[in-house]
Amino acid sequence: MATDTSSQTESDRSPIPPVVWRLLSNRRVVIGLVFLVPMFVMAVLGETIAPHDPTNTNVQMRYDSPGGKFLLGTDHLGRDLLSRIIVGARTTLLIGFGSIALALAGGVPIGLAAGYAKGRTDELLMRLMDIVISIPTLLLGLLILAVLSSNVINVTLAIGIVYAPRIARVTRSATLSASEESYVMAAQARGESNTHILFREILPNVTSPIVVEGSVRVGYAIMIGTSLSFLGLGTGPPTPDWGFMIAEARDHIFQTPWFLVWPSLALLLTVMATNLIGDGLRDVLDPKETGDSR
Amino acid sequence: MNYVYLLKRLVYMLAAVLAVSSAVFAITTLVPGNVANYILGTGATEERVAQVEADLGLDRPVHVQYLDFVGGVLTLDFGESFVSGQPVSEMIWPRLIRTLQLAAVAMTISIVTAIPLGIVAAAKRDTIVDQLVTTTSYIGLSVPSFVSATLLLLLFTSPPLELFPRGGYVALKNGVIPWLHHLLLPAIAMNTVILAYVLRQTRSSMVETLESEYIRTARLKGVAESKVLFGHAFRNGLLPTVTVLALNFGWMMGAVVIIEEIFAYPGVGEMIIQAVDSRDLPVLQAAILVPTIAFIIANFVADIVYTLLDPRITLGE
Repeated sequence: MATDTSSQTESDRSPIPPVVWRLLSNRRVVIGLVFLVPMFVMAVLGETIAPHDPTNTNVQMRYDSPGGKFLLGTDHLGRDLLSRIIVGARTTLLIGFGSIALALAGGVPIGLAAGYAKGRTDELLMRLMDIVISIPTLLLGLLILAVLSSNVINVTLAIGIVYAPRIARVTRSATLSASEESYVMAAQARGESNTHILFREILPNVTSPIVVEGSVRVGYAIMIGTSLSFLGLGTGPPTPDWGFMIAEARDHIFQTPWFLVWPSLALLLTVMATNLIGDGLRDVLDPKETGDSR
Repeated sequence: MNYVYLLKRLVYMLAAVLAVSSAVFAITTLVPGNVANYILGTGATEERVAQVEADLGLDRPVHVQYLDFVGGVLTLDFGESFVSGQPVSEMIWPRLIRTLQLAAVAMTISIVTAIPLGIVAAAKRDTIVDQLVTTTSYIGLSVPSFVSATLLLLLFTSPPLELFPRGGYVALKNGVIPWLHHLLLPAIAMNTVILAYVLRQTRSSMVETLESEYIRTARLKGVAESKVLFGHAFRNGLLPTVTVLALNFGWMMGAVVIIEEIFAYPGVGEMIIQAVDSRDLPVLQAAILVPTIAFIIANFVADIVYTLLDPRITLGE
């Protein structure tokens, strides 16, 4: 097992190349990338590499088995499954990574402010975060989307709101100890502004736990995003989307099992790949941290 | 002094209930696109909107509506359904009981399978057994419940292996076997992620415990390995799992939406989907709040259990 990361020392804060190298020699990260990079290529290139138009219906070719003109077969409307998987990667990854980016943008400043200010501000901000955390993730996502109309942006926003407090929590606990360091005192003595101290002095020193937390959450965010679109609260029919494909496939399973198999497999591999990378990042950047809470 | 802690924790729990009610109120009432538009859909005339708002008391000042809502939650009165006119509390209780039964069976399955497997993996660390268990749980962690539920439904409810009914619910008073027969498949489906999660947590905390000083001492004293495992390590190693189980309860309260929809199980989760589809706001608010409050109570219970299991911890000072 990969226990070779324990020899890490405190000194490697700034140099980026050694970190990248250590990441690339981590087995989990490499396996994760092997699966995730093709997904990203599919998401970016989409229609240009799709063999067919993903929305083109063809009644004569419904429920086609894999291997013929359509490499992975067709669905109940005769649409090419491979093309729909390829283009659907975009929505899935956009929601997964986009929502975590939003959660970071919201959660990191809150966590920094709470951890640095301490006292009442800290108490108030963290109790607010606790409220959001105590609503089960999928329920909170559902509630927000029930009120907003569902489209890619709102789904991303809803999941971002779900995870921002969790990011804030991790940022805060790292900031609590970092703000006691001498370089922070020095900056205070120099009369630097709070913004400067938070984002220039403290933030660069608390990135590891934040990066780890964010990357671990991507897998969950993808699961929630596809779950919501499975429930019909996703992007809506014309855009191919893995969660909605699985929902549609349920009614046609006896005509073609492949309709269900391919998007499920694509989703499983993507979530597994992001989990592997997240755990690999934790091994390398933050080896002491073992558990995580939802 | 333990009672002081208990009391404090109770007050905190009540505050949490108040807070989440406020959050649900805020999201449903203050978000752009107001309630009347939500009910009528976009493109409703202004007169219709005004009329609906008056009917529902939404033309009152926000703080009045808020106090009304939170007061309602505390007295377990969630108003009436926009669709059926029935009191929401009457609609929700039988469903909550069914959902809790599903969660209880799912939780039992995860406890009786994941904890022993986690202990075995920790005891046989770095052997083929450990790797097999760890890898399988890793895959399990990546399967969203709507995928596992759909696959299980296909495999075990249709002709070659027609072992379970396709869905629905049979009350416990009609016999344990039919009750469990209906519950088992949804409960298993709900478990893929949770089981893997509990297993990993159990394994890692047991590994940590097994490496600690007092275990080494016990081994050096020549205590039998099984006694080391179950007599010495078990209790401490399982403490974090208690917290994890409470967290998982929260996860389940979300997952029931998916599982109940797929298995046509008449619980709170199915109610949420119906409320979203029919834009039935009071039902939606209650159906989101009630499982959330259940989760808050579960955390409270977990805290108490934690202190009972570990006498070293005297929280609350």
